[in-house]
Amino acid sequence: MFDDFFIRALVAGLGIAFVTGPLGCFVIWRRLSYFGDTLAHSALLGVTLAYTLEFNIALSVFIISSLIALILIQLQKRTNLPGDALLGLLAHSSLAVGLVVIGFLTFIRFDIMGLLFGDILAVTADDLLIIWIGGPLILLILKLIWKPLFASTVNYELAEAEGLNPDRAKAIFTILMAGIIAISIKMVGLLLITGMLIIPAAMARNISSSPQSMVIYSILGGLLSVILGLFTSLQFNTSSGPSIIAASLFLFILSLVKIKQSIKLKN
Amino acid sequence: MSLNQNILVKLKQAGFRINGKWLVKGVSLQIEKGKIVTLIGPNGSGKSTTAKIALGIYKKIDGEVEKYTNKVGYVPQKISIDWTLPLRVNDFMVLTENLKDEAINEALSLTGVIHLKDKNLGDLSGGEFQRVLLARAISKKPDLLVLDEPVQGVDFTGEIALYELIKKISDELNCGILLISHDLHTVMSATDHVVCLNGHVCCSGSPLDVAKNNEYKALFGEQASQILTRYKHSHDHIHTSEGEIKKN
Repeated sequence: MFDDFFIRALVAGLGIAFVTGPLGCFVIWRRLSYFGDTLAHSALLGVTLAYTLEFNIALSVFIISSLIALILIQLQKRTNLPGDALLGLLAHSSLAVGLVVIGFLTFIRFDIMGLLFGDILAVTADDLLIIWIGGPLILLILKLIWKPLFASTVNYELAEAEGLNPDRAKAIFTILMAGIIAISIKMVGLLLITGMLIIPAAMARNISSSPQSMVIYSILGGLLSVILGLFTSLQFNTSSGPSIIAASLFLFILSLVKIKQSIKLKN
Repeated sequence: MSLNQNILVKLKQAGFRINGKWLVKGVSLQIEKGKIVTLIGPNGSGKSTTAKIALGIYKKIDGEVEKYTNKVGYVPQKISIDWTLPLRVNDFMVLTENLKDEAINEALSLTGVIHLKDKNLGDLSGGEFQRVLLARAISKKPDLLVLDEPVQGVDFTGEIALYELIKKISDELNCGILLISHDLHTVMSATDHVVCLNGHVCCSGSPLDVAKNNEYKALFGEQASQILTRYKHSHDHIHTSEGEIKKN
């Protein structure tokens, strides 16, 4: 009934949504939207390097994004610049360097739009494998560090005082962020990955009363966005990334209506 | 001193500075099982800093800290919680340790806030939140409790009840308590050891020893000294077998 490429895109998208759901909650709770953006921008450099060296794209993006995260941590320690300036510096310079490198690679035909905004035609069977191995692995690690990560998100000193080692949890979380960007870049595109992390989680915040329920709603919102978005993408021949993000925005707006109702009920 | 297995935390000439400015320096103290050590001193004298050194929150310190337990309950002086987190009292109780429902209920009942269990943390009043903080700290039955002004914002009767509770917990769990408080009355009646801080240790010892100390008097004034000496009377007489009171 559907073409193979569409089924592949659907399976890939759903696999990604399972991971962006819980990670996105932490992005919102820890105020890391721009951090995610910076890692995603640096992914372009990873992609171009992968093409140049004929290397696996996901792995290359993962390495470059982790590297940028490490550089950021070092810059934060060694300079007096505010965090947002450093994030902007790294995001735009790595994007620029990535684009400059592409300019040199005249022998390869690049689908820049696909890279920036995702392309459902681009998802291969190998990508599915990476998503469905990498995704559960990210979720498993997140589950293992949940306690210290969540506790230090609520209050760093409490977590530190009561022996939970929040610094280690934070470092691992950073690597997980690089991981999700690496596996979802083909699908959502590097300019929109942060949207996939934030918008379903923001929608979930509007309708949940506990951290666990927010994570569940965030996953459900992501899954629904992928399904709605991909069908739209198929129907109207739009890029997959923007279609998925637009669908999640639609869900977010619906969740605002829910808030309005519950406020009315209270009064 | 010989190796004492009752010691939970030991500070040796510990100090902490930020950008070359000392917040506190040269603090030596130890907290033992079943004992309450109280830090007193004016604002900015380094009480909370000392607590954070003992807890291992500050890492780049001068001197030494030896911590012999990881079962710690902490009530910080200030806690800012971000309301982007949907968090109920129940979720907050299991923040650092998984607890059985009975343990949560017991702790919340002890501090008198069991009725708030399903409430959103952001909807609590200051005093209610303080009681939840204390409940969370004691619920995990820690070896070491660090309480930084644990009854701030709690109503008057509640304050007395909570101090009694703290004393009771110290006896029942046989845990060591590091208490920071401004309430000299309560502090002195329940404490085993007092450390008076003013950027450094200006005096320390039993409540009575500290009360007699001139530096303490200079710091807190004559009135504060009189508060302490009120507790002295219990030591200046003995009860004879005939039930008479005899001055010694």
